[in-house]
Amino acid sequence: MRQGFLSRNPSVLVFLLILALFTLGVTLLSHAYGSAFLSTSFIKTLGKTLCLCLVALAMDLVWGYAGILSLGHMAFFALGGYMIGMWLMYARTEEIVVQALANAPLPATPQEISNGVASQIFGVVGGAELPAVWTFAHSLPLQLALVVLVPGLLALAFGWLAFRSRVTGVYLSILTQAMTLALALHLFQNDSGLRGNNGLSGLQNIPGLGGVSQDRLSVWFFWASAAALALGYLLAAWLVSGKFGSVLRAIRDDEQRVRFLGYSVEGYKLFIFTFTAVVAAVAGALYYPQAGIINPAELAPIASIYLAVWVAIGGRGRLYGAVIGAAFVSLLSTWFTGGRAPDVNLGFATIQWVDWWQILLGLAFVLVTLLAPQGIGGLFDWAAGLRHPARRGAPLGPAEGALQEREATE
Amino acid sequence: MSALLEVSGVSVTFDGFRAINNLSFNIGAQELRAIIGPNGAGKTTFMDIVTGKTRPDEGSVTFGERSVSLLALSESRIAQEGIGRKFQRPTVFEDQTVFDNLMMALKKPRSPFSVLFFRPSGRDAARVEELAAEVGLGDHLARKSGELSHGQKQWLEIGMLLAQEPRLLLVDEPAAGMTLAEREHTTALLVEMAKTRAVVVVEHDMEFVRRLNCKVTVLHEGSVLAEGSLDHVTKNPAVIEVYLGRG
Amino acid sequence: MRFVLILLAVVLAPLSVHAQGTPAAQILSENRALVERASRQTIGPVIEALAASGDPAAVTILDAWANRGLGLRAADGAFFLIAPAEGGWALTDLDGAPAGTAARAEIDQLRPNSGVRGLIATALVRFQLADPDPARRSAAMESIARDPSAEHLEPLRAALAQTPDPALARLERLLTLRFGATPEERVAAIDSFGADLGLDLRAALNPLVATRRLAIRGEAENLNIARNLVPGRDLTREEAYDLLVAQGDAPARLTLQAQRETLVGQIRDGQAAGIPVADLDSQEARDRAYTALEAQGAVPAAATEDEVTAALEAHRFAEVYAEPDRAVTEAASAALTRIGRTVGLMQAADLALDAASLASIYFLAAIGLAITFGVMRVINMAHGEFIMMGAYTGYVTQLWIADYTISILVALPLAFAVTFAAGVAMERLVIRHLYRRPLETLLATFGISIALQQLAKNIFGTQARPLTAPAWLDGALSFNDVVSISYIRIAIFVLALIFLGVFLIIMKRTRLGLEVRAVTQNPSMAASMGINPDRINMLTFGLGSGIAGVAGVAIGLFAKVTSELGQDYIVQSFMTVVVGGVGNIWGTLAGAAMIGGAQKGIEWLNPSNTLAAQTYMILLIIIFIQFRPRGIIALKGRAAGD
Repeated sequence: MRQGFLSRNPSVLVFLLILALFTLGVTLLSHAYGSAFLSTSFIKTLGKTLCLCLVALAMDLVWGYAGILSLGHMAFFALGGYMIGMWLMYARTEEIVVQALANAPLPATPQEISNGVASQIFGVVGGAELPAVWTFAHSLPLQLALVVLVPGLLALAFGWLAFRSRVTGVYLSILTQAMTLALALHLFQNDSGLRGNNGLSGLQNIPGLGGVSQDRLSVWFFWASAAALALGYLLAAWLVSGKFGSVLRAIRDDEQRVRFLGYSVEGYKLFIFTFTAVVAAVAGALYYPQAGIINPAELAPIASIYLAVWVAIGGRGRLYGAVIGAAFVSLLSTWFTGGRAPDVNLGFATIQWVDWWQILLGLAFVLVTLLAPQGIGGLFDWAAGLRHPARRGAPLGPAEGALQEREATE
Repeated sequence: MSALLEVSGVSVTFDGFRAINNLSFNIGAQELRAIIGPNGAGKTTFMDIVTGKTRPDEGSVTFGERSVSLLALSESRIAQEGIGRKFQRPTVFEDQTVFDNLMMALKKPRSPFSVLFFRPSGRDAARVEELAAEVGLGDHLARKSGELSHGQKQWLEIGMLLAQEPRLLLVDEPAAGMTLAEREHTTALLVEMAKTRAVVVVEHDMEFVRRLNCKVTVLHEGSVLAEGSLDHVTKNPAVIEVYLGRG
Repeated sequence: MRFVLILLAVVLAPLSVHAQGTPAAQILSENRALVERASRQTIGPVIEALAASGDPAAVTILDAWANRGLGLRAADGAFFLIAPAEGGWALTDLDGAPAGTAARAEIDQLRPNSGVRGLIATALVRFQLADPDPARRSAAMESIARDPSAEHLEPLRAALAQTPDPALARLERLLTLRFGATPEERVAAIDSFGADLGLDLRAALNPLVATRRLAIRGEAENLNIARNLVPGRDLTREEAYDLLVAQGDAPARLTLQAQRETLVGQIRDGQAAGIPVADLDSQEARDRAYTALEAQGAVPAAATEDEVTAALEAHRFAEVYAEPDRAVTEAASAALTRIGRTVGLMQAADLALDAASLASIYFLAAIGLAITFGVMRVINMAHGEFIMMGAYTGYVTQLWIADYTISILVALPLAFAVTFAAGVAMERLVIRHLYRRPLETLLATFGISIALQQLAKNIFGTQARPLTAPAWLDGALSFNDVVSISYIRIAIFVLALIFLGVFLIIMKRTRLGLEVRAVTQNPSMAASMGINPDRINMLTFGLGSGIAGVAGVAIGLFAKVTSELGQDYIVQSFMTVVVGGVGNIWGTLAGAAMIGGAQKGIEWLNPSNTLAAQTYMILLIIIFIQFRPRGIIALKGRAAGD
């Protein structure tokens, strides 16, 4: 029974290998380091997709393994983006202001620079002072710490409140959705201190790297995203491979029984909820410098539901399923909505995918839920000839209620 | 003999219906006890109260030498104190192997962080194999427990209870859905277990109770109607009227 | 003195050589020189005399004069009412008789300047106020109310003496309290209103208690002080000093901007005050440089902190009423406090109305969900899209049926039918296969939701479509200046009540309701009693969806009908059901009341920001769930346990 971690989980090795090959391939096809076959914007799209894979991984841990259908993880993702975006925007604006003030007859005082930065950043919302939330924006290490701390503490506080009062199942989903909505509405306000619905922009310009072309930067971020995904995958695989993963899946299947085994279900849920929130935030912190702009619309509850869709289509309860789902659906989505998919002429009408993709996605999603709960990942089982027993047994006796599966009645 | 579990004056009301009415109950540290009673007598609610699932409106429940009050503890803390519960229907984690099920139940630190860094030692694995052998699942360690038969699941659950090493074991209709041979095996196992710990068995099957050969508590309408040997309580006219007489 | 002269002139008018017939004409010709070169300083008595002449034509004449319709015949100095005509002017005698035409050159058109026109208008007001036609009277009163001034008081009183109109009397008191001659008169006018809620009264009272901040040196003479201000407590030291600067009682402090400019001006050979420019990159260095320059006398001395303190100590600061009379300001602020209290009560009532109306909207949006979620434990994420579908049904109906009343009456049942059918289809095709897998139902219905939303976008476009309410629903029922509620909201309130009633009747009084309750409680038992649970589930789901459609029509009447309409309500609807407690219509009602009330309450505390209100409301709900995880009206006991 006792073997090395990787030999017990060969899929991790396969995954890392594929990811490494993919990274190498993309690098060799890039403008900066190779044959320039892939455009810089496409490399950014690929890098962003890797970040989405990472957040999907987090979603799979919290939903596929622990059974918590959180509709709030994209909020943590966006919060991570906001935290890094604050530093990017501050530092970049500071560079510009310093440059502008360099021509003034007197050298600028720190006060003048910070005033200049504030009015540059907050001019659009009619402010001229840096709000308190920007206190640490001047410092990269502090703001990087906030990338982890702010979403982490929010998840901790929210999770503590929710799990403590034993909110489970769909109630919890709705509550997380409400949290996301509240956060989005808060950020939409101009006086939230984060520029209201303008959001933060110009994030693709990395301060201190003004001389580096976007061609190069895009590959660097691609590497960083790939490394983060690899690390996240390893960590997640390690997490679910041992007894901890066993307890998580047990909580998903029968929470009450786990309690009677002496495990504090709330503690485990809180741990996994907070941990995945932090992973999501890190993914967001890598995503938004590649996207260049972040605004409160990114936090809309629907984004988190899409995340659930990716994981479900990919196949929840298996890590590679989440990654495949996120990559497959988000790339397909980019392809269809980018107007690159050919129109379908039905004779009486032409289907333009920009308009019809959402409908296709929605219906495909219904079909996956109905017919293939294992998602794309189920194909691997089928290919391997593996058979899983149904996790939900049929009712075990004639007496309704007493003999139903617990999860079913929840 | 000092009591391991002491329930006194407990009442609980659901929507005006008094499920448990001023119930008092004691059990010693090494004792086997059967609880019988008609449907709705409060047997399951009693177990719910002891395991922390239901909070009583009044009364006290204390456990162990230090007389810890269980009312302030969560279900998981109560389980950690050493109270195990077996449900009527086998509840094992069907998506996981027999080995994982047993390993999860094994008495070890339960906090998330210690579990996170827990890696089974050779001794733990050996203990799991020993337990599996004891409940007749030695050859099935690597199988998903969902693939087991109903009876095997019952055994797996009993194995998990043994792994938990509880000081008090609450067993709800252990013999339901078992063959005759399995019942005998179960009886022997329960009697054996009661030598080192307290075991409370809720059962409908009089034959099974008779074979346990222990003190019997009869519940009716949420309180104790009679207590004593099976022969003693079956002669009690009140018991005959409410329970045995009807069926 | 001049007035006497004019009176004399009037009396002597008949003797005048050029006298025209009527008194007005006589006054004009007497004062021809004044009228011809009318100026604000001198013309007053003439206008006054005209107005007082009692001549019925005086109004017409004054009116014509102000509007450049009065002319003077150069030949004989006679006045005529003139109107442009072909080749010149059409003349009318001052007594109204036509007097032929004249060439342009023959007539001097009188062009009074704006000052004179103002005097004429004031004089005219008294005629308008006394006009028998109420419409003209109220027009005159409106013009006074818009721009009240002391001159209006006299004509107003005169008119009041003639016509005892309550509106006139009110206006007279409003003017008296501002422009009355004696404080006693004004105080009496203020007190006469009691706690009247009129906006006009508050507009009249507010200027009386307007204050400005003053810095006073030495003894205050004749100042009506509202309150004394202590620097550091009531106002910051900076504000206090700025006040002194603004009054010219103290030199301005050196701003950072001015300091920088001064230093830039003093740069010599790359140094300012002997400090290299490159070193002036901190505030301390700049201060040091400036102080050095001050010491050299190169720059004017800026106020130091000590000087500021001394200046502040030498002055008293106070808020001073612009109104000099103490009795008046006291009476006015007492009246405003009184009004404030009443307004507060009324606002509470208005808030309650608003909350009730919002609650009924949430109730309408949530009741369908309460049925599907509460009764069947099915999360329908597409519920919002059913609401949207209902709203679009209303829109399409209006395209066919032009009459808004009829189209709404058709749209309500039609929307029910459309969404009922959609709900039944969805139940049969999707939900049926996912019973007992609530999380997956949530996801599948979400897929349907995005598909439906995009479909609506493809069909109807992204811009908002109008769903117009019939005219009889326009406007609002207002009780006074504070409390009012629009008829649409009343209609929605009534609709919500009707739905509550219909739902209760269906559930408690019909066979369907009985069967639904049976299936809810124990499906297999119900099935063994001959109830077909599949059919019941289908009907229940259809009913819930149908109600969503009707709610959609109602919501569409006041909200924009877009493909995202449903999204705006779905979270609130879920919250309503969850907060209220699942499986109980009264719970939904309580939830809607609580959420509507809380949202309005928070908006009232923080009126600037509805987004913030929604944020806080959701936080409130999350905290509420902590205390009552199963909602306001919770199922208790074993039924709720598992």
